[in-house]
Amino acid sequence: MTRLKDIAKACKSKNAGPFHITLDIMFDDPTLFERVRASGVITPALIAGLYGVAPDAVLFTEYPPALAWKATFPRRIPSGAVGDTDVYGAQQHAPLLDIDIPI
Amino acid sequence: MAANHATQEKTVRMMSASGILGYGFPESSLEAALARKPHMIGVDGGSSDPGPHYLGSGKTLNSRMAMKRDLSLLLRGAIRNGIPMMVGTCGGAGGEPHLQACADIIREVAREHGLNFKMALIHAEQGKDFLLEQLEAGKVRALGNAPALRPEDIEGAERIVGMMGPEPYRAALAAGAQVILGGRGTDPAPWVALAMHHGLPAAPAWYAGKMLECACNAAIPKKHDCLLVTVGEDFIEAEPLNPELRCTPMSVAVQALHENASPVIRYEPGGIVDSSDCQIEAVTDRVVRVSGMAWKPAPYSIKLEGARRVGFSAMTMAATRDPGLMGQIDSFLEFVRGSTATKVSALGIAPADYQLVLRVYGRDGVMGSWEPSRDAQPVELALIAEVVAKTQDVANAALSLARVTLLHSDFPGRMCREGNMAFPFSPSDIERGAIYEFMLQHVVEIDDPLCMFPIEYEDVQGAE
Repeated sequence: MTRLKDIAKACKSKNAGPFHITLDIMFDDPTLFERVRASGVITPALIAGLYGVAPDAVLFTEYPPALAWKATFPRRIPSGAVGDTDVYGAQQHAPLLDIDIPI
Repeated sequence: MAANHATQEKTVRMMSASGILGYGFPESSLEAALARKPHMIGVDGGSSDPGPHYLGSGKTLNSRMAMKRDLSLLLRGAIRNGIPMMVGTCGGAGGEPHLQACADIIREVAREHGLNFKMALIHAEQGKDFLLEQLEAGKVRALGNAPALRPEDIEGAERIVGMMGPEPYRAALAAGAQVILGGRGTDPAPWVALAMHHGLPAAPAWYAGKMLECACNAAIPKKHDCLLVTVGEDFIEAEPLNPELRCTPMSVAVQALHENASPVIRYEPGGIVDSSDCQIEAVTDRVVRVSGMAWKPAPYSIKLEGARRVGFSAMTMAATRDPGLMGQIDSFLEFVRGSTATKVSALGIAPADYQLVLRVYGRDGVMGSWEPSRDAQPVELALIAEVVAKTQDVANAALSLARVTLLHSDFPGRMCREGNMAFPFSPSDIERGAIYEFMLQHVVEIDDPLCMFPIEYEDVQGAE
């Protein structure tokens, strides 16, 4: 079993404005990126399932120039509002790390 | 160097000092930039990233000392070289107090170093009457799934800013201002304005601005340092000024992902930057050229940012190392909530006048309901109890009761009968003061890109 954290260069989260969070999955090896891409595992539906949001709420972009995928969706709670736990949105990436990649 | 400008393709060189004014940069990188005879030097001053406190309170994100250090170096470098110095989204949030804090520093540096120059202050804070008129006229549009704006939202705001495009900066350049301080703007605005002021097209100007707004975020290894971008008719070239740093096609592509909803489509006032067809290639091992960007004009609109005061907050931190308590933390905290509510109401405080928020670190304190491993067995748990209330006194009073209830409530199988919680501090309760929340995901549709951003000119005379 290959998990994303063992092969990706970066899996990260960050605010995209106060109301959205954006996740980036990045590789540094074009061959590996293409193999993962060909596996078809990284999809909007996968991200939606990991974070419990509706698939149509996920803006999903495959971005080959950076060997990357980007997914953007609404935050649970706007940045810094009552009950927020992560003002910068910088620690919401952990569910990506264990994604199982069948390669 | 160039004997015949008419036969040469026009290029403009622009520098960005660091990701945000006050983050610092090596002086040697600024000197390296100035040796390249740039057409301007600048820095972005802000972001909504640190949360709503700064826009709401009027306080600056970075310290005055740190902003002054950066501004002093940039100002002296610009005046010495006779080039413009521009700062976007001054003071973190780009409201009026943030802009004035930066203007005050500039005047002080001018006095200390005997500098004379024309300064422009571009105001971005929006009057409520203006916004109410725009709302009434149907010119305020909600973005995405945001609810429609109501007049009471505007009336209840603490502070609202508009995110200016490059046009006010262009107007200030055309008026001969050498130092331009802007309130809230879209991050690329100062650089876009400079490139377009020199006659370059919108597409490369916008792409350059996006590269520059976070400076050496587009380079490796990551560092707060200065970036030089050369803009031509249909390309940009990015190059870090510190010889230890490099721009690679990958590092430049990665910057396109930064804090964006999409790496290829970026909505800006007056149009869309489309980088779907960009070619990114290495010029040397540390210089990268990007071409093929497109600018697609769209009806002009200005994004609004607003903060409203939610109330006043007090918090305390406590932790448990008791396995019996950790095994029943949810039911324990429910008991604490109920018991606290009874005690708080005995003070005559209505339930609607306060809110108790409990965060459990070691379980789901970071991700809340997104946490996939909520049932892992921790060795210890930390709690942050927070009360948000209409006044600080009520927040303090309710938090005090929540704290004592956390410490002394019973639970089944309790072994440690002297107190359930470890408090690391005395005093344990911390007043957080007024707290705010972001409240706007809306744009105003306007015809004149300047009309929301008055420009004030000032002849700064530091040399007597």
